[in-house]
Amino acid sequence: MQVTITINGTPVTRDVEPRMLLVHFVREEAGLRGTHWGCDTSNCGTCTLWVDGAPVKSCTVLAAQADGHEVATVEGLEKGGELDPVQKGFIECHGLQCGFCTPGMMMTGRALLDSNPHPTEEEIREAISGQICRCTGYKNIVAAIQWAADNPAMSDSVASEVNA
Amino acid sequence: MQTPAPTDYVRATSVAHAISLLEEHGEESRLLAGGHSLIPMMRLRVARPEMLIDLQELHELRGIRIEGDEIVIGAMTTHADILASPVLAEHYAIFREAEKVIADPVVRNRGTMGGSMCQADPSEDLSAVGAALKGTVVIQGAGESRTVAIREFHEGPYETKVGPAEILTEVRFPIRPGAGSAYEKVERRVGDWPVASVGAYVVVSGGVVSDCGIGLTAVGAEHFCAPGAEAYLIGKPPTEESFAEAARLAADSCSPSSDQRGPADYKSHLAKELTHRALRRSAASSQGA
Repeated sequence: MQVTITINGTPVTRDVEPRMLLVHFVREEAGLRGTHWGCDTSNCGTCTLWVDGAPVKSCTVLAAQADGHEVATVEGLEKGGELDPVQKGFIECHGLQCGFCTPGMMMTGRALLDSNPHPTEEEIREAISGQICRCTGYKNIVAAIQWAADNPAMSDSVASEVNA
Repeated sequence: MQTPAPTDYVRATSVAHAISLLEEHGEESRLLAGGHSLIPMMRLRVARPEMLIDLQELHELRGIRIEGDEIVIGAMTTHADILASPVLAEHYAIFREAEKVIADPVVRNRGTMGGSMCQADPSEDLSAVGAALKGTVVIQGAGESRTVAIREFHEGPYETKVGPAEILTEVRFPIRPGAGSAYEKVERRVGDWPVASVGAYVVVSGGVVSDCGIGLTAVGAEHFCAPGAEAYLIGKPPTEESFAEAARLAADSCSPSSDQRGPADYKSHLAKELTHRALRRSAASSQGA
């Protein structure tokens, strides 16, 4: 079947089997390997990306289900050559060791901050509770997301908040 | 790598269309809601549907509303919607307490009310919530829709009253002024199925329990409820002694199995302790504590 999924603003049209999982569409068909493919059982969360703005585990969504929808992946976080504050936070706070869980953590972290710009540590831990870091580096992942909350980019929405 | 067996895929555009697709494709077709039970089963090839009928465009089935003296939750309403609902929070704390511990925040963005009910896992948390609150489900086929009590909905593990060419469209819960409710779950880690869970509501009026409901999951409770314990509690004062005896009756009515989540005697202990806690907190809430 033919599906068209808009990934990071670019429509990607492919002929795929209906059984193809979204994670494989993104990695193999669109060639975006930033989204990782992990446990295959919706436990680890490294395949987390956004469908229509909400984080989902793409190993448990069919590409067919995402036909006609907007997908955002870790590659889309960078804007105009500028890393997202969450990405900067992972650099500043040593938020990754092996890096395997990182894309999912970043996508969940960004989604959290979009709905709750000033989360508590507990709220951050709750938000990433469906994601596993097998290096067990949770402390620095939480710190990285906290750093991003403390150092938001002066995006339009933040600027208007400051001016208001 | 786990890959589902080959299948076909179609999107339904209305409830009637979904039913006609089910009729057309027969027993080997499956309705696809959030997919967070069905797709894992397809990957393991426990399920091998030949046709998936995606319900994502049935927006009329998504949402939470009050209709008369009932709360209505559409079948395509997600766990995240339920968790965030001010209407549910106002009437029944049990929904928020249960949803906080169902799967994890990312999974809750996809999993649905109807999908959870129809998957009918013997450890499903929403089945315990529905049984505790004595809710009903609405099932639509080609003809008239019918309403079935959640306490009569399950035919057994993974089996429900929904027929091959039928669709569960909504779940309804009676509003009970003055009711307090609570949910208690023990799980091995975040996102896991329960070792045991118990939900309850209690109405305290005139110094006694005038109405109550107890729902249990993962502990082999017939129809996810404990009617004997409920009958005992009616008319009793809301005391620790009453709750302890009701909890004992509830646990005694269960038949948990030993598995990787724990031995049967531990689950029996949890059924009793969690029933006691859920009743205690529900009663306190009913009394405005």
